[in-house]
Amino acid sequence: MEKVFEYTRGMLDVKLTYCPGCTHGIAHRLIMETLDERGLLGDAIGVAPIGCSITSHRYLNVDMCESAHGRAPAIASGIKRVHPNAAVFTYQGDGDLASIGTAEIVHAAHRGEKFCTFFINNAIYGMTGGQMAPTTLVGQKTTTTREGRSEAACGKPLRISEMLATISGAVYVERVSLDSPANVRKAKKAVHKAFEVQEKKLGFAFVEMLSTCPTNWGLSPVASLEWLRSNMMQYYPLGVFRNPEEVM
Amino acid sequence: MKEKVLMKGNEAFGETAIRCGCRFYFGYPITPQNELTEYMSANLKKAGGEFIQAESELAAVNMAYGAACSGGRVLISSSSPGIALMQEGLSFMCSVQVPLVVINVSRGGPGVGSIQPGQADYYQATRGGGNGDYHLIVYAPSSIQEASDTIVKAYDVAEKYRNPVMVLADGMLGQMMEPVSLPEMKEALAEEDIPKVKPWALVGHKDQRPHNVIKSLYLQTEQLEETINGYWGKYETAKKELPEYEAYNLDGAEVVMVAYGSTSRIVLEAIDLLAESGIKAGLIRPITLWPFPYNAFDKIGSSTKAVVSVELSKGQMLDDILIGSNGRWPAAVVSRTGGVLIYPQEVADRVKELLEGGKLNGKSV
Repeated sequence: MEKVFEYTRGMLDVKLTYCPGCTHGIAHRLIMETLDERGLLGDAIGVAPIGCSITSHRYLNVDMCESAHGRAPAIASGIKRVHPNAAVFTYQGDGDLASIGTAEIVHAAHRGEKFCTFFINNAIYGMTGGQMAPTTLVGQKTTTTREGRSEAACGKPLRISEMLATISGAVYVERVSLDSPANVRKAKKAVHKAFEVQEKKLGFAFVEMLSTCPTNWGLSPVASLEWLRSNMMQYYPLGVFRNPEEVM
Repeated sequence: MKEKVLMKGNEAFGETAIRCGCRFYFGYPITPQNELTEYMSANLKKAGGEFIQAESELAAVNMAYGAACSGGRVLISSSSPGIALMQEGLSFMCSVQVPLVVINVSRGGPGVGSIQPGQADYYQATRGGGNGDYHLIVYAPSSIQEASDTIVKAYDVAEKYRNPVMVLADGMLGQMMEPVSLPEMKEALAEEDIPKVKPWALVGHKDQRPHNVIKSLYLQTEQLEETINGYWGKYETAKKELPEYEAYNLDGAEVVMVAYGSTSRIVLEAIDLLAESGIKAGLIRPITLWPFPYNAFDKIGSSTKAVVSVELSKGQMLDDILIGSNGRWPAAVVSRTGGVLIYPQEVADRVKELLEGGKLNGKSV
């Protein structure tokens, strides 16, 4: 019989320990399938952040290191200097990237670093137990905003993709969502594009993935996907913010 | 004898690193080490290397971690407040056991402090400015020549021990010019040879081996303890293999001064001044600050009545002197701090006062 599908070699045969309904599993698989399809698994080097996905190296079949909180883009910049032809990527959540790591992500984009960043935005700190992130929506309840995030006290959530799109070195910036099969397919295309930008050494490639955190949102996996669609996608519109002509 | 060139300390440090095969440098401007960053920006690329002016010292040390964990030979440098910011990365690199050479051209502190030479980063360097159980290996050269020779050694030690090595210079060494005989140019490790020399490095698995993972997080506490115990063995070896010091004029010395780095050169002049007043003084100059050469104190003879730490801080090395002298002699500190230099005459006068004044640490001299 003809084999029409097989599990990617990019994922190791290890049980994921993320919470039920968490979209990390989807994001992991998309990145690994893409590297596999592009023949880059053996040449890839990934940087895991602080956050739930610090353990991503247990599952991803590529050389990887852990990072201190927020520093993954600086580490990837160093790796890329030693291995300019490797497929280097950082995988970072919103607490890591949008708060403590803003300097590193902004300046990686500013230098036009030739690696990819996959930004998992679920509007909350997951690993530490559900505190407010810079991406937490106004009114959203977290363990540090028990009455809901107040705009007066905490400002409005940061739109990282829009912010990075103002930096000329960030040549490819797209926001996708992992909420539905159709959007997951679009996300996969974005991951492909990001690695293509890197292979062509065009500049910094950034893909934001709207994701869920059922545990800390206090919702079921299905209700979480609905909450993502009806709340996050309103504030964080999907789309391409920057795209180089070479990879249209 | 190789030809000597007249060079500013900061530039000689950079040139030496390039000649050691260092091809990756990440820096951020801070006085008094700027000439080093500037020198690398101008010369590293010519040698086939890569330079990044980082957005902060925090980013610089993490770039260094990235380059080192993927097999590069790396240099970073800064001065005291910048080194404080780098502690996160230094602790991390010790925990994951990757080699690095870091130069601290130290200045007066705490806080922003001053931009003149200081030695008040002694605790930070030798006690661990970051979190957790770890040590940096720390060298304290006293001349530009010795600094150059030390950097050569530092790369070998860092890679042998897979641990960051700090060269603790100070603003004086960084800023002054001296004749220096530089090492021969060494070829850098080619990218394709990294897996042979550093099989642990991240280079991509090429579908030929299981993936390499460099990790610092251990959710199972027993595993973390086991990891720490594993690399702690290196530190025990380092304590046996690495301590270095220089002893001067100890025979018959009435007082022994202990000083490191450029301060030791001030003390040498103070020894001559004391001799003119009929006081025989000696010097122990620790070359490694961690591991500290405690064995040096066994060379002190029965003529010695007191041990005096001379340092450009309130008396941080004094702690190690107390450990090394182990109650055998009263000990005191003669210091200036905040970036103020001490003159030989002041050292001589204050040592004389201490000897005449009678009591040190509650003990009679």
